[in-house]
Amino acid sequence: MDFRDSPAEAEFRDRLRAWLAANNPGLPTSSTDDEYWARQAEWHTALYDAGFFGLSWPARFGGHDLPAVFDVILDDELAAAGAPPRPSLGYLVQGISTHGSNAIQERFLPGLISGRERWCQGFSEPDAGSDLASLRTTATRDGDEYVIDGHKIWTSYSDVADWCLLLARTDAGSAGGGAASPHERVPKHKGLSAFAVPMQQPGIEQRPLRMINGITNEFGQVLFDGARVSAANMIGEPGEGWRLAMTIVSHEREPGELGYVARYAKTVRQLEENVCADPSAFRRDQCEAVSWAYVQTEMLRLHVCRRLSERLDGVDHGPGGSIDKLLMTWVEQSVGSAALAVSGARAVTDGDDEALKVYLYSRAQSVMGGTSQIQKNIVATRILGLPTV
Amino acid sequence: MDTRDTPEQAELRRAARQLASRLGPATVADLADETRAKRLAVAVRDAGWLELRDVGQEGPPLAGGVEVAIVADALGAAVGDVAFAGPVLARDLARRAGATAMEGSVVGFSSPLRDAALVTGAVTASPIFGVDAGDGIVAALVLVPDAEGFRLAQVRGERTGGPTTATDLTRNVRVIPAGTPVHAIAGQTRRLTRDDLAQWSALGLAVTSADLVGVMRGVLDVTVAYASERRQFGVPVGSFQAVQHLLADAHCLMEGSLSVALHASWSVDNRSPDDACEAGRIAKAYCARAARTVCETAVQVHGGIGNTWDCVVHVYLRRALLSSQWFGDDAAQLAELQELRLGATRGLS
Repeated sequence: MDFRDSPAEAEFRDRLRAWLAANNPGLPTSSTDDEYWARQAEWHTALYDAGFFGLSWPARFGGHDLPAVFDVILDDELAAAGAPPRPSLGYLVQGISTHGSNAIQERFLPGLISGRERWCQGFSEPDAGSDLASLRTTATRDGDEYVIDGHKIWTSYSDVADWCLLLARTDAGSAGGGAASPHERVPKHKGLSAFAVPMQQPGIEQRPLRMINGITNEFGQVLFDGARVSAANMIGEPGEGWRLAMTIVSHEREPGELGYVARYAKTVRQLEENVCADPSAFRRDQCEAVSWAYVQTEMLRLHVCRRLSERLDGVDHGPGGSIDKLLMTWVEQSVGSAALAVSGARAVTDGDDEALKVYLYSRAQSVMGGTSQIQKNIVATRILGLPTV
Repeated sequence: MDTRDTPEQAELRRAARQLASRLGPATVADLADETRAKRLAVAVRDAGWLELRDVGQEGPPLAGGVEVAIVADALGAAVGDVAFAGPVLARDLARRAGATAMEGSVVGFSSPLRDAALVTGAVTASPIFGVDAGDGIVAALVLVPDAEGFRLAQVRGERTGGPTTATDLTRNVRVIPAGTPVHAIAGQTRRLTRDDLAQWSALGLAVTSADLVGVMRGVLDVTVAYASERRQFGVPVGSFQAVQHLLADAHCLMEGSLSVALHASWSVDNRSPDDACEAGRIAKAYCARAARTVCETAVQVHGGIGNTWDCVVHVYLRRALLSSQWFGDDAAQLAELQELRLGATRGLS
């Protein structure tokens, strides 16, 4: 057991720190500001071009073939510099590399990793949230193409995306929507396939959603009305969509893949600075909320160290990502609560209060990427082995 | 960076868990089995675990904080009724002073068991608590201010009460009353510095955190098994989501606690005394809160039987209460962290 940097890790850390000192874009705290989301693409390409993104991904696709623990160093240094977190798209990379053909990987991974092509993920629908397999968007074969019809929701960055990793029903015999029918020929999760759908085309309509903290640039709904995608853009085999979706959501639950620790650590540090500037202005309970958020954030940082170290011997966590997602959620929400506590009355007298926005955004963490209730079901039945009836 | 166990650490973890689960009490009735408890004590002694922090050949201790934490975790999971952390912490402190702790020594704590007791007169002015002392007469090491630092002295207490009179049914807390004579310890070659005490506290925080991680894992194993067997409404109670979610929360708390406790145990010997101490405080704050929730969940999931003396879950809860309090509970650690990081004083309203 050794938490120290190896010589190669120390060299990487020094190089990264020096680069950040000169290249921190000074964006506002992510999650609370439209400007952050608007300029996120610039940050992605800057980080990538400097050689600090896609660390553990294959070099032939633009990654660096490094062990996953290098991402711990990246998150540490981004937080310490007050820089924006790394782009959270590791789960898309995992999904495409696990299920995509060589041709698909070669076509899409380099642009995804470099940030030259931007992606969104079209899974959820108005009537298919936690019950994702009941989704109703269809992909109908028409010559060399598929025609897409349906309605996706909670689609982050859809307005700026070049591509959508879309889950759609390709087998008309499989039943979407509502309860399984006794006449169902194919179970509802078996008729699904995944596609890389080009977003810039006439059959797609964007409808932004405003989040409870006022952000309009992150979230959206996407309507597909006769949109077209080449059959060659199918990722995996026909009917492999559900397995691909499960690969993606299991990685979407891992804080080591998402890099959110940097965001939490940055916020906690700002809260600590606020209190330190005038400790006598804060009550004991406000200080305690900040210290607890610090303890939680450190826990998550160390938990990510442990998880990414375990990957050194190729351990695949399977359902373990649900544990990590729940821990991450508790951390984000304790940081949000601390921000609200420190802000005190300002949070209710100033609707633009930054802490209020951090707090409100934190409430989404127990829903996005699979609700906490779904994660607990997974932990209980698949990890603890509790009986299902 | 590689936080995995080395092969030696993995082997120690396996051996400690096996020994503790073989000889630890499986039921409340087992606590009265003195033959078993004696075999456990002999096995722990013969394994050399009490000497982990004794002086090695080059001066540093034989083993690191990680190894001590591995054993503490295993004993916590089996609610092992054997003195381990108490003697090891005494021997660690004695080593720092260049002295040898006599067998059966523990460190004397002042109430509320946060810090080693400080003594200035020829007799003690307030009660001193010897935590995790074995059977028989106990000698408690205390600190005596000496120039810029401290030297060690000892106070001796008679055995008071059997194991069941303590809160923790698996480890003793011996009370040595005020007015007990303070004896010098001969042959000390070093004065203890502030850094010595910080590093020693870091070890105490790490070992109590590791014990709590073990307690959580042990009580969860018991509780998941119970929820899978106990039937109501014709089905196992563990099939109800309300129960499943309580246990899932508890399991996550245990996993997070393990991550933070491992780091604290590694920090003891590998970071500056102040950094090691802070790592210990972070771990202890998290583990103490988590263990309280996990043990209370275990009582709840056991239902009526969980509130009876004969159900083993309160043995875990009681052990968690002592391990939390020892070296300071979550509230104490958060107060220290506020002082350290926010400039907030203890007297803050």
